Amino acid sequence: MSDHENAGYDEWLDAIAGGDGYFLECGNGHGSLPPRRICPECGATDLETTPLPEAGTVETYTVVHVAAPSFADDVPYTTAVAKFGPVRLTGVADDDVEVGTDVSVKIGESETTGDRLLRFERR
Amino acid sequence: MTGVRIAGVGLTHFGKHPERTGRDLFAEASEHAFADSGVSHDDIEALYYGNFMGELAEHQGHQGPLMAEAAGVRAPATRYESACASSGVAIRQAVKDVRNGEADALLVGGAERMNNLGTAGTTEALAIAADDLYEVRAGMTFPGAYALMARAYFDEFGGSREDLAHIAVKNHEHALPNEHAQFQNEISIEQALDAPMIAEPLGLFDACPITDGASAAVLVSDEYAEEHGLDAPVSITGTGQGGDRMALQGRDYLARSPAAEEAAEEAYAEAGIDAGDVDVAEVHDCFTIAEVLALEALDFYAPGEAIGAARRGETTRDGDRPINLSGGLKAKGHPVGATGTSQLVEMTRILRGDHPNSDSVPDAKTGVTHNAGGTVASATVHVLEVVS
Repeated sequence: MSDHENAGYDEWLDAIAGGDGYFLECGNGHGSLPPRRICPECGATDLETTPLPEAGTVETYTVVHVAAPSFADDVPYTTAVAKFGPVRLTGVADDDVEVGTDVSVKIGESETTGDRLLRFERR
Repeated sequence: MTGVRIAGVGLTHFGKHPERTGRDLFAEASEHAFADSGVSHDDIEALYYGNFMGELAEHQGHQGPLMAEAAGVRAPATRYESACASSGVAIRQAVKDVRNGEADALLVGGAERMNNLGTAGTTEALAIAADDLYEVRAGMTFPGAYALMARAYFDEFGGSREDLAHIAVKNHEHALPNEHAQFQNEISIEQALDAPMIAEPLGLFDACPITDGASAAVLVSDEYAEEHGLDAPVSITGTGQGGDRMALQGRDYLARSPAAEEAAEEAYAEAGIDAGDVDVAEVHDCFTIAEVLALEALDFYAPGEAIGAARRGETTRDGDRPINLSGGLKAKGHPVGATGTSQLVEMTRILRGDHPNSDSVPDAKTGVTHNAGGTVASATVHVLEVVS
């Protein structure tokens, strides 16, 4: 992974770390994630930041046993996709989550590289 | 509008060839395709070539001209990159060019060198087909992505690891007589279920191997085939492409592949057929669950119905509609950029009657190939028919 900054995304992680997570919402109510100038659903450009719901629901998950080098020391770990209002997020989750588990999103870090990542914790 | 004939097809062996360069692999596949076609190198008007990770595996970008040179072709050459659907997209461009009258003879194909990167390096390289910010940084690997889809499928429709094991067992059995296949060995349900987990619920035998290889085909117009007296009985009568959101998290469905549904609808409409007319298919089974999603996207089964197809014997060699008679990506191997064209190569031989598994479908007239990129954010479907 390169060490350059990713404007839009890095600030979004900062906001989640500070408990002020958000998503982008267009006038038609479509949700999306930064960096984003244009609504991927309808092409609208009037995107506003809207607070991310505090609770999300796990829709699917996997326990990864064979990882890329950047997660070599993390295995086994759980990656999940969870729905927060109109958007879904992908993150590393507590190991005992199942489909339907309620989670909140925090910022954690990779045990291998120390890089920041999205982390889902059971509520 | 002219028809598009498949004049000749060629493959390398699919397997572990870490010492062989991409250019050498593609040269061999193209050599076989030209020999099979009766078309002169001088007549080729363009090369459309698929490759996914050449920059990472060989420190080699701009592969189009390199591969034209390797194939002995002096013509404009373009590389197509759509992850694992790279050469499916290349074929589609060639079909359009022939139909539009832009060209009468074209070379298509693809190649991938992977084993020189090792398992960890390949896992990392393949992951660049996912969304780096939103998926890879959360530890998503490609097996992990398909595992997420498998779990979502089981949750929505039911199904089990044993259902998936039947797909792996079937495809290994189909590969037995295929000399191009990476694996020519039978496996059992127990072996598949007992194999180490890669990303739950997918184990080692749910995954295709890491493969080096290349594929090529010479495509010509009906007029060219007639003028040159070519023996080219198979035509590409339909091409379709579909797209979806890059990341799984942005999709409408986690357990369906609308991009492939869209590609199939378009290809069937062009060919004037529906799913019921298809005798045989080669589908993109990079993981066992991917074969299930493909069969539903191709409308061979309703959503939730294809999971038991292999177990019920409907997709086996002696079933009603055999799937992946080549062995599929699972057993034949998956050199990413070569896969789309390799499916075309296998299906052409199946329909011509010179494939080792042609005897399973002696009356087959219509075949379909289904090639998917990433977690099916890209998909192409082609319809092949025996026309003479």
